[in-house]
Amino acid sequence: MLTDERRPAPAEPRPPVVAAPRRRRPWPTVVAFVSPALVLFALLVLTPIVVAAYASFFNWNGFGKPTAFVGLENFRRLLVDQVFVGDLRRALLLVVLSLAIQLPVSLALAMLVNQPLRGRRFYRMLFFAPYVLSEVVTAVLFTMIFSPNQGLANHITRLVGLGDLGATWLADPDTVMYSLFVVISWKYFGFHTILFLAGRQAIPSELHDAAAIDGAGPWQAFRHITLPLLGPTIRLCVFLSVLGTIQLFDMVWVLTAGGPIRSSETLAVTMFQEGFKRFHVGYASAISMVIFLISLTFGLLYQRFVLRRDLEGAVTTIGDQR
Amino acid sequence: MTNQYRLSRRSLLGLATATAAGVALAGCGDDDGAKSGPGGKTIRWWHIANTDPMLSEWAKMARQFEASHPGVKFEITPLENEAFKTKLTTVVQAGNPPDIFHTWGGGVLFQQADAGMVKDLTADVGAWKDTLIPTALDAYTTGGKTYASAVDTGMVGFWYNKELFDRAGVTAPPETWAAYLEAVRKLKAANITPIALAGKEKWPGHYYWAYLAMRVAGLDALRQAAADKNFETPDFVAAGARLAELVALQPFQTGYLAAGYSTADGQAATMGNGKAAMELMGQWAPVVERDNSAGKKGLGGKLGFFSFPAVDGGKGKITDAFGGGGGFAVGKDAPPEAVEFLKFIAQPENARIEAKTAGVLSVVKAAEDAVTDPNLKLVSATMAKSTGFQLYLDQAYAPAVGQQVNDSVAELLAGKSSPEQVVKSITTAAKQG
Repeated sequence: MLTDERRPAPAEPRPPVVAAPRRRRPWPTVVAFVSPALVLFALLVLTPIVVAAYASFFNWNGFGKPTAFVGLENFRRLLVDQVFVGDLRRALLLVVLSLAIQLPVSLALAMLVNQPLRGRRFYRMLFFAPYVLSEVVTAVLFTMIFSPNQGLANHITRLVGLGDLGATWLADPDTVMYSLFVVISWKYFGFHTILFLAGRQAIPSELHDAAAIDGAGPWQAFRHITLPLLGPTIRLCVFLSVLGTIQLFDMVWVLTAGGPIRSSETLAVTMFQEGFKRFHVGYASAISMVIFLISLTFGLLYQRFVLRRDLEGAVTTIGDQR
Repeated sequence: MTNQYRLSRRSLLGLATATAAGVALAGCGDDDGAKSGPGGKTIRWWHIANTDPMLSEWAKMARQFEASHPGVKFEITPLENEAFKTKLTTVVQAGNPPDIFHTWGGGVLFQQADAGMVKDLTADVGAWKDTLIPTALDAYTTGGKTYASAVDTGMVGFWYNKELFDRAGVTAPPETWAAYLEAVRKLKAANITPIALAGKEKWPGHYYWAYLAMRVAGLDALRQAAADKNFETPDFVAAGARLAELVALQPFQTGYLAAGYSTADGQAATMGNGKAAMELMGQWAPVVERDNSAGKKGLGGKLGFFSFPAVDGGKGKITDAFGGGGGFAVGKDAPPEAVEFLKFIAQPENARIEAKTAGVLSVVKAAEDAVTDPNLKLVSATMAKSTGFQLYLDQAYAPAVGQQVNDSVAELLAGKSSPEQVVKSITTAAKQG
């Protein structure tokens, strides 16, 4: 993928040029091929959702069968749970930061490595490298970097004369979310950069040539050609970024364990704490249902109202005309 | 690439729901324990000695037992501490506990007992009870019934760096809280970090509140509070207030709120490298300090131990000890040989191996003489003189209450909560169950 520069953006499904010829469906074959996947899907995706939904109506410690039916009590408790409400606030903060900082920076870098500059292939690889690491490895790495006494981050701040400013990276409830955001951005900016780059390279160069002949400056060309034609990629990146943030777990768990004093907990971390540390399995199931519903609602609405144009292929036709 | 990304992020949610549901499913399922081998003589044994020497010593004992009991076959799963807790929770909730598994006793074990997941060992362990030290089974016994056999024990106290105390002019270990605070002030004045603390992990912090509660309110009050589900008494608030006095002196190392315990720059390393004067920790502290220090040397002869100081006017004594140890519980479907094996490892010769090679304090009386490590001898001597014993609060209480103690005390240590709020949230958690 790194070298395949002519590949169009992944978000652009090509509309069928010719309608498939009508044929009689070979039903036995369809059943034979679809049923294994369907069984797995039902067993590993649908059943857990149903069971979690069922468990969320009980006060249950996970031993034996759930018996203490409490109706919507678990969900009512969520509303007044400071940690859970904080989770939602923190998720929102991360989403806003990602959309306002991480994606624009990725876009800028993509534009940069799209320029004919020396060693750009090397830069592309460099930017993409963090994404290859697992979240756990990344978190362990940054635990060391942010370590208050021997960490690289503090060493650098001392070198540039900012003194002990950095002792608080992960240890201060007021800064921990921003430190976390830095780590998330470090891990995922390369991924978005690659997506943007692929999207940028799918834009036919004739358009930019024509704009240049018409006297458009670099900014005008970017604003009126590149940006609109990157629309599908941008919308996809926003989608992935938001969903990833809502479901964030591993990185936080290893980096801060949700601390200090639960100030960096995410929805999934709180769910784990309640379910596996406190054995409030019913309550944890309620949290998992909320995560599921938020993701599902967002996913459906986003696809319905934002990605619709892309899915209908309104923009992608340009790519097919070259 | 795109699809992989979505898959990996989604699989997290999937995993989460799947786990919750797997737990639920298993809970709903029938309880056919179809996992014993032919003849039902396979013993599945989960322990947490995942490093040598005990890893191979346990294996050796299992081989010996197999040799003397034809047909018995061991299936040993050594797991790291945290992984063990998570994994065990899953299989126990699924109604399929291992035949022999490590336990710290207290609320977690009693919850498993309530659910009928572990065997009542009152009669079995009772047979060799007299070979153990008197308080050995307390952590595993509730309502007159014993649910596990004890293996080792220990207590929490202040481990201190004698050299740094000398440099600060603290001549003798403090015996009262006032003297302790004075010592902290002197250390601060001498530009020495008084205390190393792993704030990220919460459990080391709860030791402070627990000990102060023991000293101010007394052991009976802690038991009573759990039974009444009410911690909102003046004594518990006073214990928190004493802790707040300490926090106000800012005695902890820089960035303590994010420090781990046995990590590169964590509590044990800070202590082991001589960067802090003391830590409140269990009997294992010297070993972990050594392993995490630069050059793996630790403090050696500079390390000392003293009991948590008494609080003036408090109901508890300075000789009341706080700590815990490990034992083995027997799963509900285990073959009788599993209990036999617990008796086997409690034999003096086997207990001596543990005491000698692993540096643990065995609960077997006859093995006490095998302790050679000077630090452990110190702990052992202090325990021998103890007038009462309290299990770690996050083990003694039901899991939800124990976790709340840890969380609330962490807030107090961060200066983000008041002593009143601490007892209030613990009470709320206790009432919710």
